[in-house]
Amino acid sequence: MYVAVKGGERAIENAHRLLADARRGDRSVPEVTLDQISEQLGLAVDRVMSEGSLYDRELAALAIKQARGDLIEAIFLVRAFRATLPRFGASEPVDTGAMRVQRRVSSTFKDIPGGQILGPTFDYTHRLLDPALAEGFVPEAPAVAEPSTAPTPRVTDILGRDGLIEPSPQAEAGDSVGDLTREPLNFPADRDLRLQNLARGDEGFLLAMGYSTQRGYGRNHPFAGEIRFGEVEVEFSAEDVGFAVPLGAIELTECQMVNQFKGSATEAPCFTRGYGLAFGQSERKTMSMALVDRALRARELGEEVRAPAQDEEFVMSHSDNVQATGFVEHLKLPHYVDFQSELGLLRKLRQEFAETNAPDALKEAAE
Amino acid sequence: MAVLAHAEAGEIAARLRAIPLPRHEDLRAPEHGLVMLRGRVGGDGAPFNLGEATVSRAAVRLASGEVGFGYTLGREPEKARLIALCDALVQSREFGSLVERDIIAPLREQLMTRRKQAAAETAATKVDFYTMVRGEG
Repeated sequence: MYVAVKGGERAIENAHRLLADARRGDRSVPEVTLDQISEQLGLAVDRVMSEGSLYDRELAALAIKQARGDLIEAIFLVRAFRATLPRFGASEPVDTGAMRVQRRVSSTFKDIPGGQILGPTFDYTHRLLDPALAEGFVPEAPAVAEPSTAPTPRVTDILGRDGLIEPSPQAEAGDSVGDLTREPLNFPADRDLRLQNLARGDEGFLLAMGYSTQRGYGRNHPFAGEIRFGEVEVEFSAEDVGFAVPLGAIELTECQMVNQFKGSATEAPCFTRGYGLAFGQSERKTMSMALVDRALRARELGEEVRAPAQDEEFVMSHSDNVQATGFVEHLKLPHYVDFQSELGLLRKLRQEFAETNAPDALKEAAE
Repeated sequence: MAVLAHAEAGEIAARLRAIPLPRHEDLRAPEHGLVMLRGRVGGDGAPFNLGEATVSRAAVRLASGEVGFGYTLGREPEKARLIALCDALVQSREFGSLVERDIIAPLREQLMTRRKQAAAETAATKVDFYTMVRGEG
């Protein structure tokens, strides 16, 4: 009814006004700036860029501020924003082997060429809350050492030289790269689409799925062959220029899981692989992604598909937190008409129940 | 041109101000949009779509005919225009060596200094494993 709509409009407007006030909080407290979010809550920005599937630190910081720190809401905002922009094309595939490494560890080899580099990590911290950080903490300048000029090849490349690990699948001439932002998802899905889906998938969901494989639901005996984080250069083949132009550098995290062997009567046994790649410093995300990527290869590797993490339709249909939150949260929007019909049906059923189970005396009286 | 993509728009603009610029026009008005970033399966296999990035682009033509293109990550159309202008100038006989000397070379040096500092800080976190020598007997 018209009057009710008008009332709703005013309430919505005032609710948003109240939201803006709640977002700002106590006005005697200084307002947080986008630079502060980007610099001091950098890993939240990395997550919003990864799952929002858009590399732009400033936009991700704005989204986090607007969403009051609700990262899934922020991811939603970023996804909605990207839909408003034209796409110029696709970059050349980035070369993670040429990464300017800021962190690089392997749990499989102690002495990897280029060395184990811890970089800025929470590993080996004691996870004790630090009261000194509460206010006015000035960290020491980072220690420095003579940088090594030794290359840092991927651990999987080293294993690959001896044939101990399966090679990465190569593209066939004329293969197009699947894009789930352009075409609806169909099953079975190829590895390119699966990796795109996982790269923008919810970290919590992938963590739980990856964890489930470790606990026995699709076990595949993983080792973190290598985790690396750092900057890679991006190049774009621009049509107007006629050759690949440099766009600048982005930060990426890559995880190479090394998993149990496959082999056959004709092929010598070798380790299998799971792969994770995400924007920014996203270690938990890429490790989980690599575990799930490997689990999803069950069919290809002739393994029995029994666990949720091996079921690509299950994983890919539930990994996207924007879709998931949309469907879960829509339950709170008005369903008055649906509910009225359910209510009508329930009343009818209850009446039938009452008539069937009424005491005999009443029935007789009624008759 | 990679050096310019890594520089701040303000730094390029400040250095360009010291050069008496020839007449030029926008061939493509500065704009921003998206580029899909690709990775490779396993780091070295078939490509896949990782996620998009914001990218700005522009094209500039000097009165003398040279055409320059500017591309950069981010929503910075003005920076793309400055890069396009430098790209056009680098190709001109009159300005080529001047732009290389006064704009690109110093920005490259700044970039290398930043990277060297970052590499030195990273190097300090490299693990030096040593094997504990077992005592005899």
